[in-house]
Amino acid sequence: MSKVFVPRDSAARSVGADEVAAALAAAGHQVIRNGSRGLLFLEPLVEVETRDGRIAYGPVTVEDVASLPIATAGAHRLRLGKIEDHPYLRNQERLTFARCGITDPVSVPDYVAHGGFEGLNKALGLAGSAVVAEVTGSGLRGRGGAGFPTGIKWKTVLDAQADQKYVCCNADEGDSGTFADRMVMEGDPLMLIEGMTIAALAVGATKGFIYIRSEYPDAIAIMKEAIGAAIAANWLGANIQGTDKSFYLEVRRGAGSYICGEETAMLESLEGKRGTVRPKPPIPALEGLFGKPTVINNVLSFAAVPFILAQGGAAYMNYGMGRSRGTLPFQLAGNIRQGGLVEKAFGVTLRELVEGFGGGTFTGKPIRAIQVGGPLGAYVPASQLDLAMDYETLAAAGAMVGHGGIVVFDETVDMAAQARFAMEFCAIESCGKCTPCRIGSTRGVEVIDKIVAGEDRDANLELLSDLCQTMTDGSLCAMGGLTPMPVMSAIRHFPEDFDKPAALAAE
Amino acid sequence: MSGKTTLPDQTPREATVAREIALRHGNRADALLEILHDLQEQLGFVPEAALPALAKSLNLSRAEVHGVVTFYHDYRREPAGRHVIKVCRAEACQSMGANELVSMIERFLKVKLGQTTADGAITLEAAYCLGNCALSPAVMVDDRLIGRVDAGKFEKIAAECRS
Repeated sequence: MSKVFVPRDSAARSVGADEVAAALAAAGHQVIRNGSRGLLFLEPLVEVETRDGRIAYGPVTVEDVASLPIATAGAHRLRLGKIEDHPYLRNQERLTFARCGITDPVSVPDYVAHGGFEGLNKALGLAGSAVVAEVTGSGLRGRGGAGFPTGIKWKTVLDAQADQKYVCCNADEGDSGTFADRMVMEGDPLMLIEGMTIAALAVGATKGFIYIRSEYPDAIAIMKEAIGAAIAANWLGANIQGTDKSFYLEVRRGAGSYICGEETAMLESLEGKRGTVRPKPPIPALEGLFGKPTVINNVLSFAAVPFILAQGGAAYMNYGMGRSRGTLPFQLAGNIRQGGLVEKAFGVTLRELVEGFGGGTFTGKPIRAIQVGGPLGAYVPASQLDLAMDYETLAAAGAMVGHGGIVVFDETVDMAAQARFAMEFCAIESCGKCTPCRIGSTRGVEVIDKIVAGEDRDANLELLSDLCQTMTDGSLCAMGGLTPMPVMSAIRHFPEDFDKPAALAAE
Repeated sequence: MSGKTTLPDQTPREATVAREIALRHGNRADALLEILHDLQEQLGFVPEAALPALAKSLNLSRAEVHGVVTFYHDYRREPAGRHVIKVCRAEACQSMGANELVSMIERFLKVKLGQTTADGAITLEAAYCLGNCALSPAVMVDDRLIGRVDAGKFEKIAAECRS
């Protein structure tokens, strides 16, 4: 009997992986539900274990199952060959996603067999300050989007004096075009648990929360399953692996609020309150959850840590360019032929990602704009495809890396409509605490409507630019502060879309 | 007539359920979001009558509980249809025609976003990213994510919801 792998990742399930898995099981095959390899355009991807490695077929439909040569892993029109040899996978630099898609996500023995818990094992024998030093030495910066050096944040929490400290994982991945956090939680959740536990040991915290958005029911379920498995194997909970170190971890569901991905709004939400932003200072590292020193990191930041501890900070530092060290799991999304997850060292160009890996647009029409870094990120024109993806290069170009989401639009996109949507989204999701964001976003929608209608166009463009400046300078957090980025980049790179004759605009 | 008269129990069932769920969470105020999720799963929505009971159990003011219920998009104040379909209208799905898909769905179901079909089968809602951005456009039917949705696929989904 051959072992076959069919992902339980929700993207794979969204195009029929459950039905394919059921049909394979009904045909008498041993089906393992792995994570996704991230070649989402090939899902449902079925892999057959052979002596020479895993042979992949995809995208497989239920109707294809009967004709798949599982026993021989032989020829078939959907046969892709050895999955590791697929150029989409072979040309990546997978440090964080090294295991995703290979293992059964909630199997501790699988995880350990593929290098899991090596980092935590090492951290258990080190002083907190040594763990922090390793992370600082790796050059790791916060993967949620802000890019703050992780080691410095951890040191602040380590040095703070308190009877209780917390480690909180921000898994409120609300940015359109991003799904890497979801893939970690569904495909390799034990890695996130390991990373958070290492953080807890580093700073002296004993309690942690993972705040997962409610739009991710599969991730919530798998994360809870993995926590149970880690506790059962004594990698989490009291006296981890017989040491005097303990760490307790709890999953909390969000409730459909985008702003709760902002770290202080997330803290409010974790305390059971409305998700409004807290002014800083005090910084959460000193006064965070319930007023106690708190490490808050994104899923991908924690997920990078087990590798750093296991292989050493220098090994991670070897990847990347300038002050952007290591790798980033980019997410190719939107109107793209080969969408999926591409983990590459910083410095890869947008063109390599979108054209090389992505194969251009899904519709086959020319690329017109690419939104990089989520709904608060800039729209980049096709003429800037050679930009290198690192924090500093993008910042210099008036854009940002954000959480690594890359959304491609073809030539049919109306950039004035996209700019309007950015303001509209901000109006819907603003927490309401500060005026520039709460009021500015609604005024922004109105002004863009006037511009598009051709009403005092020049004066209103100037007004919009002034409004954006006020939002940038005066908002409490990145929601109001960065909404101007997609708006102004759309005006800067695509002015013609804001200057259509009234008759055309009314179409 | 002599003797005691027994008054009927005036406590609404919603309040009793709310108290039980709060107790299950140790009456911890920080667990309010989880409590409201559980309540909604059990009753289908967050009824007004549950709020004073929750406030009392968690030692919060009614205003604080009301504030949380109304702040978060997930909590509904009235029952939904038998199935909830969320259509993603965020950027990645827009790039693959989500706005046209929403219009098509609204025409097909004869409701607008935020409304429930006349037969009570489907409540249609907007979502802003379901995390399926490489397989856009995406919808979520109850807890089931569906990718690469087009008119034909949607009509099948709607038929399943109504069967």
